[in-house]
Amino acid sequence: MRDAGSPGSGSPVAEVFDAVKRFTAPEGGTVTALDQVSLAVSAGEFVTLLGPSGCGKTTLLRCISGFEDLDSGEVRIDGTPMTGVPAQHRPVNTVFQTYALFPHLRVEANVAYGLEVTGVPRRERVERVAQALEQVGLQGLERRKPDQLSGGQRQRVALARAIINRPALLLLDEPLSALDRNLRHSMQLELKTLQHELGICFLFVTHDQEEALTMSDRIVVLNHGRIEQIGTPEQLYHTPATTFVAEFIGDGALFSGTVEGGPDPAIVTGDGLRLTIRDGVPAGRRMTMLLRPEQLDAAPAAADPAFGIVEATLEQSVFYGATRQLVCRLASGAALTVTPSPGGEGDRLYRAEPGDLLRLAYRRAEPHLIEEAHDGG
Amino acid sequence: MAVRRDRVRLTVLLGPVSLFLGICFVGPLVVMIIYSLLEPGLYGGVEWNFYHWSYGRILGWADGEWEDFDWVYAEIFLRSARLAFINVLITLALCYPAALWVRGLPRRWRLFIVFLITLPFFISLVVRLFAWVLILRPTGFLNSSLLGLGLIEEPFDIIFTETAVLIGMAYVLLPFMFLPVYASVEKLDHSLFEASSDLGASSIQTFFRVTVPLTLPGIAAGSVLVFIPSLGNFIVPDLLGGAKVLMIGNLIEQQFLSARNWPFGAVLSVMMMAIMFLLILIYLRRIGRMQTRP
Repeated sequence: MRDAGSPGSGSPVAEVFDAVKRFTAPEGGTVTALDQVSLAVSAGEFVTLLGPSGCGKTTLLRCISGFEDLDSGEVRIDGTPMTGVPAQHRPVNTVFQTYALFPHLRVEANVAYGLEVTGVPRRERVERVAQALEQVGLQGLERRKPDQLSGGQRQRVALARAIINRPALLLLDEPLSALDRNLRHSMQLELKTLQHELGICFLFVTHDQEEALTMSDRIVVLNHGRIEQIGTPEQLYHTPATTFVAEFIGDGALFSGTVEGGPDPAIVTGDGLRLTIRDGVPAGRRMTMLLRPEQLDAAPAAADPAFGIVEATLEQSVFYGATRQLVCRLASGAALTVTPSPGGEGDRLYRAEPGDLLRLAYRRAEPHLIEEAHDGG
Repeated sequence: MAVRRDRVRLTVLLGPVSLFLGICFVGPLVVMIIYSLLEPGLYGGVEWNFYHWSYGRILGWADGEWEDFDWVYAEIFLRSARLAFINVLITLALCYPAALWVRGLPRRWRLFIVFLITLPFFISLVVRLFAWVLILRPTGFLNSSLLGLGLIEEPFDIIFTETAVLIGMAYVLLPFMFLPVYASVEKLDHSLFEASSDLGASSIQTFFRVTVPLTLPGIAAGSVLVFIPSLGNFIVPDLLGGAKVLMIGNLIEQQFLSARNWPFGAVLSVMMMAIMFLLILIYLRRIGRMQTRP
């Protein structure tokens, strides 16, 4: 199998070079939806475009599928430039957010549509429709009309319809957003399995970070039309390149300040909070520290130079089954969430009451530091 | 109690319209059907004797005796049907592309154009048709413009021809085609077009495989709404067709007013209503099935 971590592995199926797209806002003026966006999707990869609404992720998808033209830059699919190629001739297919099933056609005709318009002979059509419906688990519903299907079934029809032309790249525009939570979760896993079976690249758009973390080989985080970071889910979670990525993916608290050197290096924030950090960070730099809830635990009884200590007042203790989440507040007013590991020192935190002052500790080598210079936003 | 209250509500809400339709629609209809089965009076009106030969008359079997079969009534029926059908095609050809175009406009422009389409309803039909007489007559606007531009040598005859009748009818009935067609075109989901081209369809394929099938209910409704008034129209052929382009509507008018054969006029009306009833029945069944087909 390919190495999901390195973007260069395998031949790129789709490439985007310096894509720029501007829209005229209804109230006048222009909005830059895509600003110098470049990325490459390799064969068999599952890549997610992640970002808040209005970050340009859907625009990028529409520029790749051919519904929008780039103002500058280029999209290449299998090495062929797509500039001037209309949507109908691009070797990509789309699963639309609203599914866009043809309401007047039965399931089988919806799925066969792509084959019919491209003149695939009837015998082959029937075979491939049956195969596609089997792949998405819709056998037996061939004769139904879209309005006689549940949301999840419609989703599968849209998927079968989009994969039947065997696209080089499948574009999925928030396809799960209309489904309820449980169905959504099982569809996430199913999509991932289907993608492995088909061996088609998936370019998946979502604003849901959990969804992105679950499914993707690589995630492209977009904000204000710019790429914040491209990386594996692990890379984005553990070593976010910008504070935006750190805030958008996972829970955690951010502390910005100036690095103080010496034997006990630390970040000192504007409101005087001193947070111990790992060794070897040049003093005087502006840095942001990311503290994930699972990195914090009850402070050990004896002083230990390997740990950094924070004190916070417990506001709420929320039970999540396997773990408990503690919502705390620092003296500076900043919020901090903690998920202590059960057993050992953590038990003390589990028993804490709201209002208690907690002494929390983290291994000072653990928290990720983001250099302010890297912070594009 | 609840049932009783429902009944009171229904009576209050639907009573007036039922009463009105009963008196002003069903009443005359019954009178018409009865008259069609009575003997014509010598100077109009009816004699109260059962007399079914008015029905035979259409087929050339009047007064219980076979005469030489006269095609004249069949011809008028066929001409009316033909003109009505052509009119449906004309209005459809004009309205469908226009509706697709209007659909792409910003919302306030769409509303404005729908308003413009309904604007002619504010002016009397007869006045509007007389305007067409002024445009189409030999010394009218059309001929004098063409003469002035040197495109023609002498005025050509357009008024009192089928062409003039078709122009007039298409003009009068255009909104009846546009509004239902537009209503169905407007509902089209844009993402369906994108899905179609995404799957490899050309715009022509998309038009015939997506746009037309999805707007078929609107096309059918518009066609019925245009065909029926076209078939029975008598003002337009009267003003723009003259004596040469006689349609059923004019024939019925003549039977009542000039020929003073009321029962025969009633027969023609009943026949026409039967045709329309049939058409509406077919329409309702087809469209009903289109919308609830399993």
